[in-house]
Amino acid sequence: MTATVTPPSAQAGSKETSGSGGARRRLPRIPDRIRRGGLPYLLLLPAILLELLIHLIPMAVGIVVSFRKLTLFFIRNWGQAPWSGFDNYKVAVDFDAPIGQALLHSFWVTCAFTILSVGLCWLFGTVAAIMLQETFRGRGLLRAIFLIPYALPAYAAIITWAFMFQHDNGLVNHVLHDQLGLTDKPSFWLIGNNSFIALVVVSVWKGWPFAFLIIMAGLQNIPRDLYEAASIDGAGMWQQIRKITLPSLRPVNQVLVLVLFLWTFNDFNTPFVLFGKSAPEAADLISIHIYQSSFVTWNFGSGSAMSVLLLLFLLVVTAIYLLLTSRGRKSADV
Amino acid sequence: MSSHTKSPMASPQSFLWTRRIVLTLLAAFVLLPVFVMVSSSLKPLQDVNGKFQWIPSGLTIRPYFDIWKTVPLAKYFANSLIVAGTATVASVIIAVFAAYAVSRYRFAGKRVFTVTVLSTQMFPGILFLLPLYLIFVNIGNSTGITLNGSRGGLILTYLTFSLPFSIWMLIGYFDSIPKDLDEAALVDGNGPLGALFRVVVPAAIPGIVAVAVYAFMTAWGEVLFASVMTNDNTRTLAIGLQGYSTQNDVYWNQIMAASLVVSVPVVIGFLLLQRYLVAGLTAGAVK
Repeated sequence: MTATVTPPSAQAGSKETSGSGGARRRLPRIPDRIRRGGLPYLLLLPAILLELLIHLIPMAVGIVVSFRKLTLFFIRNWGQAPWSGFDNYKVAVDFDAPIGQALLHSFWVTCAFTILSVGLCWLFGTVAAIMLQETFRGRGLLRAIFLIPYALPAYAAIITWAFMFQHDNGLVNHVLHDQLGLTDKPSFWLIGNNSFIALVVVSVWKGWPFAFLIIMAGLQNIPRDLYEAASIDGAGMWQQIRKITLPSLRPVNQVLVLVLFLWTFNDFNTPFVLFGKSAPEAADLISIHIYQSSFVTWNFGSGSAMSVLLLLFLLVVTAIYLLLTSRGRKSADV
Repeated sequence: MSSHTKSPMASPQSFLWTRRIVLTLLAAFVLLPVFVMVSSSLKPLQDVNGKFQWIPSGLTIRPYFDIWKTVPLAKYFANSLIVAGTATVASVIIAVFAAYAVSRYRFAGKRVFTVTVLSTQMFPGILFLLPLYLIFVNIGNSTGITLNGSRGGLILTYLTFSLPFSIWMLIGYFDSIPKDLDEAALVDGNGPLGALFRVVVPAAIPGIVAVAVYAFMTAWGEVLFASVMTNDNTRTLAIGLQGYSTQNDVYWNQIMAASLVVSVPVVIGFLLLQRYLVAGLTAGAVK
């Protein structure tokens, strides 16, 4: 993509000379010097200022704070909080002590949750998209139905799931216990170990339509002749899916999986709306864990250290992923 | 089965049955909460608090009137609208200029800029929440401008996700518009800004609409920043809905009614602009 951007500036320069020749009626609103050299920066100025204000300065503050002993006592004047060196980090990664242990636990929970959720989202999305590839009656309606979770505001949908998972008056227990008799007694879904299952179900419900959307668009780009040629050669449907559809989707899948990974790993809405400010141990995702350390127990220093560690982890994983996928290299190389 | 079927693959009968079953199950999974939301919003309180009933024994529309009294829902609605709307408009306008510069010009620092935008987009909101909170506290202390709890402060934090997303999507969209078009406009005597507004922006309307709808939807559903950076007066819908749970009672029928009401604007917007949104979202990922 970089290579394609050369001409306009050169073009603008040459046009400049013809313009100043007086042949064209144009008000020189911006001095020529700026137009040639400075214009891109002028256009970028608001974006750069905002990026500084909302991303770069906060990140610097986050890193500074992670080296300080920042508690509620210093919150009005956090610049005065005493330096603590790497203490916050030591506490965070001391896996024998309670805080480090909880962080490590929450990290593994998040990994398991992410792998399960992304895998299922991808699977459902792929299956649905392939099954809707052909035109048939009701296809448009199904497509619209499948996009509903994507359109609904996250908290409105998740709060409904929270209602469905209620112990006494929820739909899930009514069906599993009262109607199907699969459980001896109504289960708890929002506390205890089952909360992990509830979290995955809601996350997949919310996330798979995006996979469906992207894969469906990817399918439209596969040339029909490929399938025609294959069926003339006698390839069956399953073979066509395996030899044509799935390989052709690879570049799309690479981007999709990265995006799904980042969204799911960083998901805050689902646990927060399902469980509130502190999630049950089995469903203690990293984002809610950091939130809790910072804004419930008011330990901002260690909360920041955990954030920085999370950031490093995401950067490393993304970098490895981009290196492993050639398409990723291209899209990062803008 | 004729060999001249219009479908890319000739589907055997067994596949048709698998397809029917799988698609029905998926549709049921997707629609289940929607059914619960609609049916429970029409039940009296003792019904939603008792055992779940597939078919409501009594129907009432009272929850739809009560939701406005139990919590100040109208105020939350207005707050959400102002915050999400302003954040969307601001990020789209700023992103149009930035994306145009990146897409059409070559300049020093371009790579740094795009890599920064791309990477901030993947960072979790929790990373910015605490520092922004601290910065707002500081600004409040030194200038007297209250950002914590104000709508302005919340709008600013919403730019953390809407701005990088908008810039990134619009760069891709502008790149797909032939450069000859705006070069022709330049030759015709337009300035670069003339080329942007007379040629590039009109050609990119579907992309701009997609970005705006997406940014609005994300802001409308945002929970994290809203949970820390709002107060009684500036609370958005995402946090306001928690008000239906009191110590004694959880008004599930009202929660469901309110959820439906706050979903209607975005679902309608989504359905109207779906075509643009889908085209815009997928353009980047598929190419």
